[in-house]
Amino acid sequence: MRWLLLKDLQILRRSPGLLALLVAYAAVIGLPVGYGISAPPSKPKVAFYNGVPASQNTFDLGERRVDASKYADELFEDIDPIRVDSREEAIAKVRDGEALGALVVPEEITRQLQNATELPGVSEPPTLEVFYNADNPLKRRYVEQTVKARLSDANLALSGEVTRVAANALDVLLAGGPFVLPTETIDVLGLRRAKALLEGAQRGLPAGDPQRAAIQQVIDFADVAITSLNFANPVLGAIAAPIRVDTTEVAGGNGSLEGFAVAAAATIALMFVAVLLGAGMLALEREEHAFGRLVRGLVRPTGLLAEKVLLGALCAFLVGVGLLGLLSLFEPVSLGRAPQWLGALALGAAAFAALGVAVGAVTRDVRAASLLSFLLSLPIAALALVPSGTVGDTAFDVIRVVSAAFPFKPTLSALDAGLNATRGVALPAVHLVLLAAAYVALARVALRRFGAR
Amino acid sequence: MRADAVSKFYGQREALKSVSFAAEPGEVVALIGPNGAGKTTLLSILAGLQEASSGSISVERGDVGWVPQQAAVYRKLSVGENLRLFARLEGVADHEAAVERMLALTGLHERARDELGTLSGGNQQRVNIAIGLLADPPALLLDEPSSSLDPRQRAHVWELISGRAQERGTTVLFSTHDVGEAERYADRVLVLADGELLFEGSPVALEEAVGSRERDFEAAFVRFLRERGH
Repeated sequence: MRWLLLKDLQILRRSPGLLALLVAYAAVIGLPVGYGISAPPSKPKVAFYNGVPASQNTFDLGERRVDASKYADELFEDIDPIRVDSREEAIAKVRDGEALGALVVPEEITRQLQNATELPGVSEPPTLEVFYNADNPLKRRYVEQTVKARLSDANLALSGEVTRVAANALDVLLAGGPFVLPTETIDVLGLRRAKALLEGAQRGLPAGDPQRAAIQQVIDFADVAITSLNFANPVLGAIAAPIRVDTTEVAGGNGSLEGFAVAAAATIALMFVAVLLGAGMLALEREEHAFGRLVRGLVRPTGLLAEKVLLGALCAFLVGVGLLGLLSLFEPVSLGRAPQWLGALALGAAAFAALGVAVGAVTRDVRAASLLSFLLSLPIAALALVPSGTVGDTAFDVIRVVSAAFPFKPTLSALDAGLNATRGVALPAVHLVLLAAAYVALARVALRRFGAR
Repeated sequence: MRADAVSKFYGQREALKSVSFAAEPGEVVALIGPNGAGKTTLLSILAGLQEASSGSISVERGDVGWVPQQAAVYRKLSVGENLRLFARLEGVADHEAAVERMLALTGLHERARDELGTLSGGNQQRVNIAIGLLADPPALLLDEPSSSLDPRQRAHVWELISGRAQERGTTVLFSTHDVGEAERYADRVLVLADGELLFEGSPVALEEAVGSRERDFEAAFVRFLRERGH
């Protein structure tokens, strides 16, 4: 086996163009796919017309002056705005396809916001206009959801502001103090101080004075009001944020998106190098007609398969390590976890190489082996990357079973676990060992077709 | 080398029908017959590439040098590297000496460092045969060794094979479609048709079997087959 391995390495060394192409292909495909699947979608271009003059961006909310334009910034977190000068221009941008949607802020929005806070339920609510390009339903939905989500955030922020103003007013009502009105600032007595004054006045009256009972009634009312208003602040706080979100992950890891992208890129590179080399180098033995000569006694067929698995795994492992080294310049790779991710790389490379050897065992020449490797690898990778919840239950069950039969998903899990400590490495590692053994067994059976007994 | 009642079935089809023959040390035996006669199947069984469905053979796999029809060599390796690799895989004790011997035998010393893919078909076939001889086997099986070679290359190849039989007493069994070649180089011919061994004897005996009128061995061979319904 040693001599065969050296022979194959020698053949690879003499095919530098092919080898460079294979490595470059794996890296060129692996990197963008890895980052593509983990990166959020790019911000959609949305035409934005703000009809409110800069000088009229603010409105009064109780004693506070609120800048409405800061709520528009919420939107720009998720969209790429194309600022235009009129509503018509915004619509034209959508119609021409330059923007996926248009958001129009009408001139009267500040006044509407002012009215809404002063005369809630009476005046017309502030209204934004949104226009969509329906040419691409997928993009339309994305823009629609983005705008809705951001508007909800803006609404929530605004209602929080209103609640804070209301709470402040209640505080003044309870404890007294200065209260700012648009025209002047007044000093409010406050319920607590009013109660104290009344108690003082009551004590100054003679014991049998009939006014004492009347004052006592007002004192009692002030007591009830003070007690009730003490509850008002927490109630208003609850209204401002009625639902708290408590996030708990019940499945999968908790690694970063960038860490997952690194694992995905390395898995894709491993897959291409190991599968193509395993399949190609075994098929080459037949293409060179050396297969019959080898298996008639010089090498055991299982030994030949093991040599090809070792070759594919070794080359893929080196490419994987190189790629991780390159990626570590952008996303640090934990050296402390090197045993875990190196082990995951090695096992993944071996399982992929075993799959390649199985492909090489059922094909007659290198071209067929390469073609079948590509035909098999691409859908396997695509299926393994389908997230749960994006397809129906039955379809996802089928995808899970198919993915479990190939090394992509367990390699990705093992590498993600090894690199990002998202879960245990042991389970995917055992899965990969079983897959490698199964593929070698499959290849061994397939070789009988070509005379290997 | 000996085969006793060797039969081979591929599914329902009987590719070899109870074939028996024997070849002595130093003897060169040609296996001739029309396409699909079972020549390659018989050679493959003797070489250990396939198992017979029934019957037995008396040679061990390790005692047989196998030379397939198409050069079973690595085109990206040099002549020397190919010979060295197979010498190591064959377990030849002094593989460097074996490589030198084969380079001398094939006359490819000067091209030992050249990649095999850059050699002519004839030279590649010489390396192919040399690999079959590396372990100095007592028997050599060749499947159409000179097909696709020009007459000069063919003469070189036969010089190599015949020399081996005469000098080392190697038993040589080769298949060929060129009956003239069989007449020229073989001590004995085996005529196989539809998996059945129809004739075993010298080329002269085959001519005599169809009558003395035929002066040409190829014509005699064709007439022989026709008379037996093939």
